[in-house]
Parts: sequence; C-alpha cells; structure tokens
Amino acid sequence: MPQPRRDPASLESWQDPDARPFLEIRGVTKVFDGATYAVDDVSLKIFRGEFFSLLGASGCGKSTLLRMLAGLERCTQGHILIEDEDITDLPPFERPVNMMFQSYALFPHMTVEQNVAFGLRQEKLSRQEIRTRVGEMLELVRMTGFARRKPDQLSGGQRQRVALARSLAKQPKLLLLDEPLGALDRKLRESTQFELVNIQERVGTTFIMVTHDQEEAMTMSTRLAVMDAGRILQVGTPSEVYEYPANRFVAEFIGAANLFDGRVASADGDRVTIQSEGAPSDIVMHHPQPLAIGTPVTVALRPEKIRLLDEPPPEDVNWIRGTVREIGYLGDVSIYHVGTEGGLTVQVQVTNRGRRTSGPLTWDDVVCLGWDADAGVVLPA
Amino acid sequence: MTAAREPVLTSGRASLRRRIDHGVKSLAQGRLGRTLVIALPYAWLLLFLLLPILIVLKISFSEMALASPPYTPMLQWVEQRTLSLSLHLGNYAFLWQDPLYMAAYLNSLKIAAVSTVLCLLIGYPMAYAIARAPSGWRIVLLMLVILPFWTSFLIRVYAWIGLLQGNGLINHLLLSLGLIDQPLVLLHSNFAVYLGIVYSYLPFMILPLYATLVRMDLTLLEAAADLGSPPWKSFLTVTLPLSLPGVIAGSLLVFIPAVGEFVIPDLLGGPDSLMIGKVLWTEFFSNRDWPVASAVAIAMLLVILVPLLLFQRVEERETTDPTR
Repeated sequence: MPQPRRDPASLESWQDPDARPFLEIRGVTKVFDGATYAVDDVSLKIFRGEFFSLLGASGCGKSTLLRMLAGLERCTQGHILIEDEDITDLPPFERPVNMMFQSYALFPHMTVEQNVAFGLRQEKLSRQEIRTRVGEMLELVRMTGFARRKPDQLSGGQRQRVALARSLAKQPKLLLLDEPLGALDRKLRESTQFELVNIQERVGTTFIMVTHDQEEAMTMSTRLAVMDAGRILQVGTPSEVYEYPANRFVAEFIGAANLFDGRVASADGDRVTIQSEGAPSDIVMHHPQPLAIGTPVTVALRPEKIRLLDEPPPEDVNWIRGTVREIGYLGDVSIYHVGTEGGLTVQVQVTNRGRRTSGPLTWDDVVCLGWDADAGVVLPA
Repeated sequence: MTAAREPVLTSGRASLRRRIDHGVKSLAQGRLGRTLVIALPYAWLLLFLLLPILIVLKISFSEMALASPPYTPMLQWVEQRTLSLSLHLGNYAFLWQDPLYMAAYLNSLKIAAVSTVLCLLIGYPMAYAIARAPSGWRIVLLMLVILPFWTSFLIRVYAWIGLLQGNGLINHLLLSLGLIDQPLVLLHSNFAVYLGIVYSYLPFMILPLYATLVRMDLTLLEAAADLGSPPWKSFLTVTLPLSLPGVIAGSLLVFIPAVGEFVIPDLLGGPDSLMIGKVLWTEFFSNRDWPVASAVAIAMLLVILVPLLLFQRVEERETTDPTR
C-alpha cells in the first residue's frame, strides 16, 4: 500500500530536542477497582500537526488512555498538559479537545446538520456563523447533500463522515479518534484512510488515533506507540518500529517475524555472531551496540527479507534448510511455511513475478533459506 | 344395499382423514398454527371489547323503561310485519343540555391532566435514578416500585382513609408534634383525590420511562460533554428528547384510566370532586337509568379516544415522512 505523501519538514519536530511538545502525558496511570492497571505510568510527548497512533491489541489500555485525554476518565495518577497548560482536572466539556467515537455516537433525534452544529451551539456564535461553519464542515467530508437526513437514514461510511465533521466543527486543538475505521468494510476503509490523512493535513489539527489494526497505523501515522498491558513498549515512525522493533512483542505484533533464540558467540565491531539451536549455521548480524559474549538474544527476521536459495551459501552463514509445509497464495505474493530440521516453522514471503497459477515451490519440497546481515534485528532476550 | 353404501362411507371417512392429515400437516408447517395464534387475540378483542361496546352503544340509543332490562328495545316488530328501528338521540341531547355532565367531564379531564403532570414530575427523577443505578441495584429498586401491586388497589385506597381522616395517623402525628392545634381536613377533598390518583398510578409512569431511559446509549452523553455541553444542558438536549416515547407512553397509561376513575373520588373525594366515573355510577345504580349511563360511557370513550387517534395519526405521519 502506498504511503500518503507528507510534507517532509513537518516530520522533524520530535527529533528536535528544543521543540516544545504540544501534548505532554506525564506518568499517567489509571487503576480500575483498586487493582486493575489499565494504563500504567505512561509518558508521551506529541507535537503539533502530528498524526499519532496508539496501537495495541484489545484490552491493552489504549482506549482508556484516549478517554483520559478527552476527560471521560479521570487519571489515577499523573498529568496531562496541552501547550504547558495542565488539563488533568478539567471536565470534558471545558477541554480544547474533541473526540470521534468508535460507535460514532451521533444523536439519533437530530439531523446531520444539527449534529454537526451541536458543538458550535455551545459557544457564543451567531446563527449565521454556525450555518457557515456547518456548511464548510459538510463540504469537507462531502456530505452537503445529506444535511437534512437523520443518522438512521445514512450508511455506515456516511455516518463516519458526519461523526468526523461533528468532531472537527469546533476546530479543536487536538482530535482524538477511537478506532475511526473499525466499523467500515475493507474497501471503504482503505479509501477512507487516505481521506482522513488528507483532511488532517488540510485542517492542520493534531490527531491521536487508537487502533488495533497495525496496517492502518502504519499507513496513516507520522509516529505510533505500541502498547501492551497498559504500558508503552515502543514509540517511533512506522518504518522505525517495523525495521527496528525494540523487543520481541513489538517484532511479533507489527507484521510477521521469524524469531531465533540463541547466544552471542563472538562480536567484532558492529557484527555479532550468534549460535542458535534452530539454525545449523552461525547467524551473523549487524548490531551497532556492543554485546557481551554469552548474552541470550533473539534474532527477528521479516518473512519478505528471507530468500529462497538453490544451495547453501559458500560462506556457510545465515542459512537454514527445511521442507515446505504450507503454501498461501495471496495473488501478489505467496507465503511459505517452511519446517526446519531444528523443528521451527519459518515464514517466507516471495513476490510472484511471473504469471503462473502456483509458485515456484510445491509441498514437501526441500529448500534452503538465506538472508543478509542487515535483514533483521538482534533483540536482547 | 349395505354393500353398495359401504364404499361411500369409507370414502367419506377417507376424505375426513385426508382433511385431518392436511390440517395436521399445515399445523406442522405453521400456516394453520400462525392463523390460530393471530385469530386468538382478535377473538378475544371481539368478544370482550367490541361486543360490549356495541351493546352499550345500542342501549345508549334507547329510552328508559320500567321493564327488565330497564330500557326500550331498538328493533321491534310492528304488527308482525314491519321491523321498526328506533334510534333515540335524546340521551346525548340531555348530556349536552344538563351542565352537570359537561362540568363532570371537564373536571375529570382537569384532575386526570394535573395528576399526569404530577406523576411525570415525581416519576421521571425516580425512573432516571433507577436506570442510572448500578445494574445489581436496578432490579431491587424496580421491585420496590412494583411491590404495592401485591396488595389490592382497593385496600391501598382504603388505607389512605385511615391515614388522612380527622383522627387519622397524619393528623395525630402533626397534633402530637404541636405543629397544628386543629385536625386538618385532608380526607374528602380534591387534595385527597390527587394524592390517591398520583399514588395509585405512579408505577404506570415509572415503568415505561425506565424502559426508555435504561436503553439509552450513554456514549451519546459522553459525546455531548465532549462537544462542550455541561451535564444539565445534555439532559435537556439529549436525554429528554430521547426519552419522549417513554414520557408519552407513561402519560397515556396514567391519563386514560384517571379520566374514568371511580373508586378514588368515591372513597377519598368530597362533594365538589365531581368526576365522570362517579356520575356514571350514580346514573346506573342509583337512578337505574341505563340509557343515560350508556350515553355517558360512550361520550367518555369519544372524549378519550378521538384525541388519542388524532395524536397517533400525527405521530405516524412524522415517522414515515421521507422529507423530514
């Protein structure tokens, strides 16, 4: 999937050590019923104009964190600051933050127009101003023709647009999106991803999105945070998180990963040699930080970075032999599950270049798999 | 002869069996079963609602007579040949001319309307509190609302006599506390009638209100708060409009029986608490004027039914109107 084009200058704010964060979350914790840590000591800095994603499986605390930003849940501990102003104790109706709900939460007794105008009516605005702003918002989400409809007369995609228009109508400094595309079917979801990013760039609002769909988070965000059990495991750009996962959980959660557990046998500059029970040969990988000999590590390799070889490489490192167990033909690519002699199952992804009804391999073929020294990462176990 | 008849008989039996088989089969297929299920409530309504109304309507068009039953028949054979149909409209003209009836109707409507509003004002906060209570508590609180139904309605109204009368519990308490020197006249007043009606019909207001309030999606209130609406304003702009079906259902359940209420004004009301139910009773039992009593009943039915049907028509047009 192509990435939406972004202004490269705006990407640098989190790399600049002097930049003032737009939103700062300091040690925020949420405890339910005195014992369940839904969010556990989370700190984050988010910068103006970012499209930030909180990514994690259901129950990881990402929605609770979002609801605390909106003021719908109180923080048990910690502080939330927007432009250095502490908003931790402000009720939701006094925060410069708006939220797009997962269920959209459109008022069923109001028309599309009235739904979008609801937030504006709470401010001291003239009727004329409200009408103009509602018109602009409906145009932004291409819903002008549906102004007089009620929510139950709209399709799921149309409701999603109205919910977006309603949450953007007050021109909030920060927009929170709780699984904004979760209720849409796949085709619509893909086109809406781009539209949402385009709208975000046009209005310039900072977006924070909660999602469990890693593909969605990768496509849309400037940066994302991977969460598990109430904690943030890694924060980074989509490519950083994909190419350099910080730990085993992130490597397995974002995309597919083949993991080899082993120990460091020798280290030479930025090259480490690892011996793993799963692989007959030594594994030689790039790793910038020095590692002590004997350290237990895990090598993570992406399926698309493993190659099919005709014979073992001459230098006798970074290869493995196995038998094809499962074949998944996905059209553009094929995925092979290869059972190794060490008892592991390795996933390999091969692009289908030529046109044929099956891939180059078939079941029970014995293959050699190889990879480069910079094709994966070494994770401390 | 017998030999000749035998096959006919068997074929008759066979056709009967075929019919039974067919009936059992269609019952199994659900066609007959469905018809039966639908026919049963219709039969019930026909037998116990429509038929009695038609009988009352018929009596209302007759004249009082010293006979048994005490009214003139509607259809009569004149000289054994012509069937004469006599529709006597005098009873309705009488209702219109005698100010007593009009006053009783208006007073009934007034008492019912005020009681409905009082029930709504008391019942809404109660229903709201129950609907927002922790889910384990809801069933307990609902049981407390329904619990009075275990005692007969009549006994509960009688109990109020004991509480309200001159030497009753309330006066006794107020006197012994020194708050009053003379017993208050509570019983046999309009106050007692309102109290009795509100007390008796409050559950009918609370239950439908609770049903709509408990179904409401609470994220709508979160959305309203998120868009800058403080809680009191969210109540007026979101909760209240969405609970309107419950408000209407509860109001009808209180208003309609309250208009025709007889027991409460009879037991708790005074000489000036004139209600149409009481007038009807007097006409029927004291004056033994069945035709006028029937006319009173039919007029009451129209007074309640016509506005109700009009209201429903408007409602339907609103919900089916595609241009809204």
